[in-house]
Amino acid sequence: MPGQTLFDKIWDRHVIADLGDDYALLHVSRHLMHDGGGRGLQVLKDQGYKVRNPDLTFATFDHVISTEPGRTHETLKPHAARLYAMRDMAKEAGIKLFDLGQPGQGIVHVMGPEQGITLPGVLLVCGDSHTCTHGGLGAIAFGVGATEVVHVLATQSLVQRRPKRMRVTFEGKATPGVLPKDLILALIGQIGTAGGTGFAVEYAGPAIRDMEVEGRLTVCNLSIELGAKIGMVAPDEKTYAYLKGRPYAPTGAVWDQAVADWRSLPSDSDAKFDVEVTVDVNKIVPQITWGTSPEHVIPVTGKIPHPTSVSDPDKQKALQSALDYMGLTPGVPIDQTKIDWVFIGSCTNSRMSDLREAAKIAKGRKVSAHVRAWVVPGSENIKREAEAEGLHKVFLDAGFEWREPGCSMCLAVNGDTIAPGQRSVSTSNRNFVGRQGPGGRTHLASPAMAAAAAIAGRIADVRSI
Amino acid sequence: MKPFTVLDAKAAPLMEQNVNTDIIIPIHRLRDFGQNELGPYAFEPWRYLPDGSDNPEFFLNKPAYKGAEIIVADENFACGSSREGAVWAVMGMGVRAVIAPSFGPIFFNNCFQNGVLPIQLDRADVLAIANELEGATRPGSNSEPKLSIDLESRTVTTPSGRKITFHVDGIRRDALLKGLNEVALTLTREGEIAAHQAMARKATPWLYPAAQ
Ligand code: SF4
Repeated sequence: MPGQTLFDKIWDRHVIADLGDDYALLHVSRHLMHDGGGRGLQVLKDQGYKVRNPDLTFATFDHVISTEPGRTHETLKPHAARLYAMRDMAKEAGIKLFDLGQPGQGIVHVMGPEQGITLPGVLLVCGDSHTCTHGGLGAIAFGVGATEVVHVLATQSLVQRRPKRMRVTFEGKATPGVLPKDLILALIGQIGTAGGTGFAVEYAGPAIRDMEVEGRLTVCNLSIELGAKIGMVAPDEKTYAYLKGRPYAPTGAVWDQAVADWRSLPSDSDAKFDVEVTVDVNKIVPQITWGTSPEHVIPVTGKIPHPTSVSDPDKQKALQSALDYMGLTPGVPIDQTKIDWVFIGSCTNSRMSDLREAAKIAKGRKVSAHVRAWVVPGSENIKREAEAEGLHKVFLDAGFEWREPGCSMCLAVNGDTIAPGQRSVSTSNRNFVGRQGPGGRTHLASPAMAAAAAIAGRIADVRSI
Repeated sequence: MKPFTVLDAKAAPLMEQNVNTDIIIPIHRLRDFGQNELGPYAFEPWRYLPDGSDNPEFFLNKPAYKGAEIIVADENFACGSSREGAVWAVMGMGVRAVIAPSFGPIFFNNCFQNGVLPIQLDRADVLAIANELEGATRPGSNSEPKLSIDLESRTVTTPSGRKITFHVDGIRRDALLKGLNEVALTLTREGEIAAHQAMARKATPWLYPAAQ
């Protein structure tokens, strides 16, 4: 029998029933909820069901909350009722909710790993596509729809089809100025936003082993932008060191038992993947997107592409409409592009390591006069830790604004928006049309690149700052 | 859930790649409106002109395609977020089926949860169908831009009468044909769920954090 992949090992141990045709009824070992998910609890109630395992569901507020300094539930009046309703329903059901101002509150994909709720070997779901983030700890984690959320609440299980397996091996070593975000953007540029469709992706290779856990979470975060619902990294000593002592991580003898088990999870050396992809990390330079899909990505040293650089007429059309929307001219070096906004935050890049990388660039410099720049920490704990470290001072002194934790301008559903026609460099994961506000133009980049852009007032190569 | 058996309906081609769910339903509409109120906002960024009037260039605003119940789309349709509102929005426009070479994976699942049939075909077949539909709208054409989808026999019949067979997983097909409620079905397996949990609690106790 050939060896097994990390993915298969975790999948198999969650199968409650084989439903044939590659489908299984899977046990859900962790379920996370955010403030968009209150509806699920309401529907459950309306249909007369109960939350089957409230101790396996954890909730937080992130999407629709204000990130204004000093915010409360009431700062965004229209959403206050929704927050209160969800809080009441969670309480009634016995679900732990990390509320505003409490340790643990934050972007749901920051909260899970930070609290040790996400562990190697778990099968974790959440009604949010960037749930793939949690795979960075060696879990199967994927986003589900609203009806599937109701199914999970009622049954602690889910009907899913087993995806195919892809392994992406990052060979080589990242050069200075190149961050995990650049690696995953470069991969998306290489195989496209549909390149991972139908696959569970395992990220492997020396550059992944070199990477700290927070970087792995960033890489896995953009799996959905590759078309893959699931991205994962095998657990190792870095994973265990990261998790030890976190609030919901096991302790004592159970910790030892858990680590022993986790060591058996990595893919066997003779495991077979349906597709193998290799990325040469030595060649990657800082990346920046120019268009309206994450695959519209180029090195910051590059020029804005001509639509005729591709042969497929449908693709040409797509490139032309992206250029029109973004207000860019083909052939111009992208680092001449003037910007209005910088957003450092989101479940992609709002953790301590991200803030430290951005602060390194910001330290002793000033945000360009025509740029507005925000730093939005991913969680209450990160905010406190960054403040204890003095990072907020570095940002404030440089002219950045320091906000309360939440999704903020990644999705712009809480009123944190850029104006039509304005251009932003953002550390988030989607540069879709209107993502940061109707008519807004988004360039995705690493936290260091975003900080560099804020200082330069234009898209800039962080290595030249 | 409304059963899906045979659908004989107008079909409209949207031959753009990577159409994302932010386009299909903008997040602020999802925030402000209920599940059954999203139809008017489906594809909002493309569907209307800045003054709020219909954009005549938008595929579903073209008179020949108005009222289409089937969308024929290109690669990676409905990629992006997990918002089920993307399905509710197209349903709100009357759509019951989407044909594409590939789909965003969460949208694909969400379709089945709502009685909408996503059909995956080779890109060459999808392009051929789109061509036939466009041809059928040209002056002098004697066919209509309509497709017939039969879920029982898993076939799509094009305006010219060509039959294309598609694959749909058996379990999904059964649920659609009968309009089954998945939660109720799973609850009949409560014994198996409980047995699995009892086993996992012993083998991997850390999966059950005590309330803290
Ligand atoms: S930060 Fe952005 S991508 Fe992440 S969960 Fe929030 S809205 Fe979604």
